[in-house]
Amino acid sequence: MSQNALKKLKTKFKAAVVDSHERLGNETAIVSREKLLEVCQWLFSDEKMAFDMLSDVTAVDYQNRQPRYEVVYHLYSTTQKHRLRLRVPVEEGQESVPSVAGIWRAANWGEREVFDMFGIRFEGHVDMRRILLYDEFVGHPLRKDYPVQKSQPRMDLRSPERDAVEEFRHFYQDRNRPA
Amino acid sequence: MNQPRSLAALQPDPDVNAHEDVMVLNMGPSHPAMHGTVRMVLTLDGETIVKCDPEIGYLHRGFEKMCENVTWTQVFPYTDRLNYVSPLLNNFGYALAVEKLLGIEITERARYIRTIMGEMSRICDHLTCVAAGALELGAMSAFLYAIEGRDLIWDIVEEVTGARLTVTYARVGGLKDDLTPDFRERWADVQPRVEKIIAVLDQLATKNRVFMDRMQGTGVISKADAINYGFTGPALRSTGVAYDIRKDHPYFAYDRVDFDVIVGSRGDNYDRYLVRMGEMVQSIRIINHCLRDMPEGPVMVDAPHVVLPAKHDVYNSIEGMINHFKIIFEGIQVPAGEVYSFTEAANGELGFYIVSNGTGRPWRLRVRPPCFYLMGGIDRLVEGAMISDIIPTFDTINMIGGEIDR
Repeated sequence: MSQNALKKLKTKFKAAVVDSHERLGNETAIVSREKLLEVCQWLFSDEKMAFDMLSDVTAVDYQNRQPRYEVVYHLYSTTQKHRLRLRVPVEEGQESVPSVAGIWRAANWGEREVFDMFGIRFEGHVDMRRILLYDEFVGHPLRKDYPVQKSQPRMDLRSPERDAVEEFRHFYQDRNRPA
Repeated sequence: MNQPRSLAALQPDPDVNAHEDVMVLNMGPSHPAMHGTVRMVLTLDGETIVKCDPEIGYLHRGFEKMCENVTWTQVFPYTDRLNYVSPLLNNFGYALAVEKLLGIEITERARYIRTIMGEMSRICDHLTCVAAGALELGAMSAFLYAIEGRDLIWDIVEEVTGARLTVTYARVGGLKDDLTPDFRERWADVQPRVEKIIAVLDQLATKNRVFMDRMQGTGVISKADAINYGFTGPALRSTGVAYDIRKDHPYFAYDRVDFDVIVGSRGDNYDRYLVRMGEMVQSIRIINHCLRDMPEGPVMVDAPHVVLPAKHDVYNSIEGMINHFKIIFEGIQVPAGEVYSFTEAANGELGFYIVSNGTGRPWRLRVRPPCFYLMGGIDRLVEGAMISDIIPTFDTINMIGGEIDR
């Protein structure tokens, strides 16, 4: 089933798909960063592909390899019942990938976690904050050069302004504004 | 300065809202209704939720980082602590992923046992979720009944695995141990009692006026939105999408048993509750079907490079001892590659994305916790609703702290 999807993707985006494999029944396409949005948009909207669900977003740090990082997307289609994995290589020093949160809302939190753990930024993401760790945390723990035993300094209590009403006031104002 | 002379003069136009400021309310991280530890920063307009910003991570303990530094077998105890309400399902999900990487097919009997024990865990998970929900809506007695049912099953789990919660029952290539000899009798004793408890719960809650008012029409999500947000499990099925990995992509013995996929239609809290109630009955069906068809045989696969040798060989032969030593100290050698393996946990799709570089330790182990994406969509479920709707919504989402924060 998903072999077809991979084959179609490869013929449609010859330049974008750098490499692919089908090992262990996991069809995988390695997509260049520049073309990612275009590919995802097509995978989402094309009738035959219909990848309507983003199962997971994660990343891998290969440390001694160039490019060092890879962002990994697992797609699923609830209608066609097929799966596809996209991998996007990311160079060290320019850790950023276009955000797919505009296509799948699931990417909102998934990408936040990748940013938190790997320090890979997602361009166009509306809410690029840390998610599991706190804002003052230094470093990104799932990078291979982050020591396992490293400890972080104790934090002072947060300033009371952080959750102040002002921060959210515009939500209220936006809603009341006449159309 | 203009001094108002009467109460009415303070607010001359009754159509203008005198109170126009929103209020920020912290719900959690330690709040009786926020089971687990999660904080919701709510922006309220009166009692209406304008914005909900969930803050997770209070139970973060670096699960994925820890797993990169232990052998493949040593990951099992950590997986118990992911979704601690149904630890067996996590055990089996991880074992399946590693077996896929190794290219191992487990024995027939192990397949059936994994199905049986997994479904028992699912019943416990659903009982806990439904019970906690009823408790928070004021039905204390429903909680007590359900916890009795969970305990009955935990007694069986304890006999089989040796622990009630931290079971560590699965192994790469099979299971730690076979079922106990009196397993069938124990289950025959427990099954009617659990069925009765489910029936009592159903009578207490399903047609209860208070319960229905709080659950029906709250926390609603549409089919398309649920898919787009990455919802799986009961939360997705309640919207009418019959996506169940046990049926769509069967593993273990699920392709050989009869069961129905329970779906809802409205996608609200009440439907999520009904889906869970229905699934418990299906789980009992699956267990009975498996017990009927389960063959005799070994529970561990015959693969000396993965499975520890028998203790007799370890103590009496040099080959056995070396084999034992290599597996314990160097770990199982898993061929290089990547795999995404997914199973149907109680809350939805539990995925393991594993990258191996061909050594005794995982290079990268990513868990896709189902409730991570459910929680990511909770703002959609509660924004515009009343603050009291958070209580049933947060419960039927069934966020598990150990799993979402890892």
